[in-house]
Amino acid sequence: MAEARMSGEGGKQYKQSGLWARFRKNRMAFCGAIMIMGLVVVAIFAPLIAPFPYDQQDFMAAQEAPSAAHWFGTDEFGRDIFSRIVYASRISLEVGFIAVSIGMVVGGALGSVAGYYGGFLDNFVMRTMDILLAVPSTILAIAIAATLGPGLFNLMMAVGISTIPRYARIVRASVLSLRHLEFIEAAQAVGSSDFRIIVKHILPNCMAPVIVQATLGVASAILNTAGLSFIGLGIQPPTPEWGAMLSGARTYIRDYPYMTIFPGLAIMLTVLALNFLGDGLRDALDPKLKR
Amino acid sequence: MWRYVLRRLCYLLPIFIGISFFVFFMLHMTPGDPARLMLGDAATETSVQELRQEMGLNDPFLMQYGRYIKNAVRGDIGKSYITKSPVAHEVLQAFPATLRLALFAISIAILIGVPLGILSAIHQYSLLDNVAMGFALIGISMPVFWLGLLLILLFCVWLGWFPASGFDTFRQMVLPAVTLSTPSLAIISRISRSSMLEVVRQDYICMARAKGQVEWRVIWNHALGNALIPIVTIVGLQFGGLLEGAVVTEAVFAVPGIGSLLVEAIKTRDYPMVLGGVLFIGVVFSLVNLVVDILYAYIDPRIKARYQNG
Repeated sequence: MAEARMSGEGGKQYKQSGLWARFRKNRMAFCGAIMIMGLVVVAIFAPLIAPFPYDQQDFMAAQEAPSAAHWFGTDEFGRDIFSRIVYASRISLEVGFIAVSIGMVVGGALGSVAGYYGGFLDNFVMRTMDILLAVPSTILAIAIAATLGPGLFNLMMAVGISTIPRYARIVRASVLSLRHLEFIEAAQAVGSSDFRIIVKHILPNCMAPVIVQATLGVASAILNTAGLSFIGLGIQPPTPEWGAMLSGARTYIRDYPYMTIFPGLAIMLTVLALNFLGDGLRDALDPKLKR
Repeated sequence: MWRYVLRRLCYLLPIFIGISFFVFFMLHMTPGDPARLMLGDAATETSVQELRQEMGLNDPFLMQYGRYIKNAVRGDIGKSYITKSPVAHEVLQAFPATLRLALFAISIAILIGVPLGILSAIHQYSLLDNVAMGFALIGISMPVFWLGLLLILLFCVWLGWFPASGFDTFRQMVLPAVTLSTPSLAIISRISRSSMLEVVRQDYICMARAKGQVEWRVIWNHALGNALIPIVTIVGLQFGGLLEGAVVTEAVFAVPGIGSLLVEAIKTRDYPMVLGGVLFIGVVFSLVNLVVDILYAYIDPRIKARYQNG
């Protein structure tokens, strides 16, 4: 707890370098971060990395086993599975990050308002969140996605809305713990507006748990997206999506197992990397270190 | 204790109202005219209008919601667009299979996950700890349906030990249950480990050791009780996770449960069926949480004490 004793101008820098050192020491988290960066690069440069366009069909070469030309083989339309997996990384990352952003922004706003003002508003917001939490989040996402209809945007909304209560709870709890501290009173005394106090003084101080939750949240959003696509909600063909690819591959599992193996591997590695990173961040940010 | 149970029961009512309002609101938002869908494209506009009037679809939103609640209390949550049979009937018929699957899966997850997590904590940083936690991390990172497909590939296609579909015999239940239990097993073992680690660092454990208590008794008599509290919470939460996982697991293994019902209804855009299933799962999940909270109070003397006097 060295940083607890630090104060003054040098303190912040020391604290940050301590955080960085702890983070770097955690090899798994570092690995996770590198894998995620790699995936982001793959998603951005997908057209350069993929040897074929994702929707190029070649019926003469349908369902070929992995070879030098088609690293992961081809699917029932003769499309190159490796290229499709590369392009699909775009969808997964997009849905993951945007869904989490929706949840974080809306949930964060609700949670901070509830925690800051308290009283009736707090009760109303948090009881509403309890109701949303009473339905498991994937089931909630299924209900929303089924109602809105298929499509990328609706999928992001469904997965995003289903995560709102979690962020609302975390942010509210942090706001409550900060609400009556001296620096908030000081800000009120000099006449800062409530909005300014919440955004400038309170939120920056409760980011740590939110960042951890968001990292793990992207992982579960990607899993959720794949699951929803797998059962026929969400991304429509021919847009490649890992869950949808698995759903298509299922029919051919007996004769062409490689069609099933590679898209699932892509999901697992992505989620694993995010979990590494999230666990590492939690260890680095948590003052009550377990190690 | 009873006061606590009673208070917790009272919380259920607003939650039920909330879930039903959410589901009804969603139902209201779904595209398409229910009257038109029931009569088919061939029906004339006037007959559709008549049915709309008869079904009360022209009434104000809140009035319709009130009627929905009134019917729901009597067990009527609408009719399927496709089969025209009552949703409640189909959901209840599918529920036993899902319940069996979920109970089987949670048993596997608890019986393996809790001991594994506690052993990992006692032997922190040992080979067992590292291997178990490595597998646990993979377990929570794997999509359930992919795991299911891989198990089918290994045990049905290549080894031929288990059938790939159906849900009547024990052999048919093994693969779906193992598939569904994996993420919960991973999470339960992780929580068990960290909970145990926290407890064994408390002063009273140190005290027990200082008195010269043998190690297994320190763990079994002193540490376990307190370590169990967070574990019970997570087991309860996992039940919700199991219901989610059941949807895709049932789809993979063709288990005739609520999950398969939902997936089929999604494909045919049978909205009353989808949302009826969601309503049912929400209610079941709330009831499970109620049981967990009561169990929690039973294990945690602090909660019991708060309600003892007065």
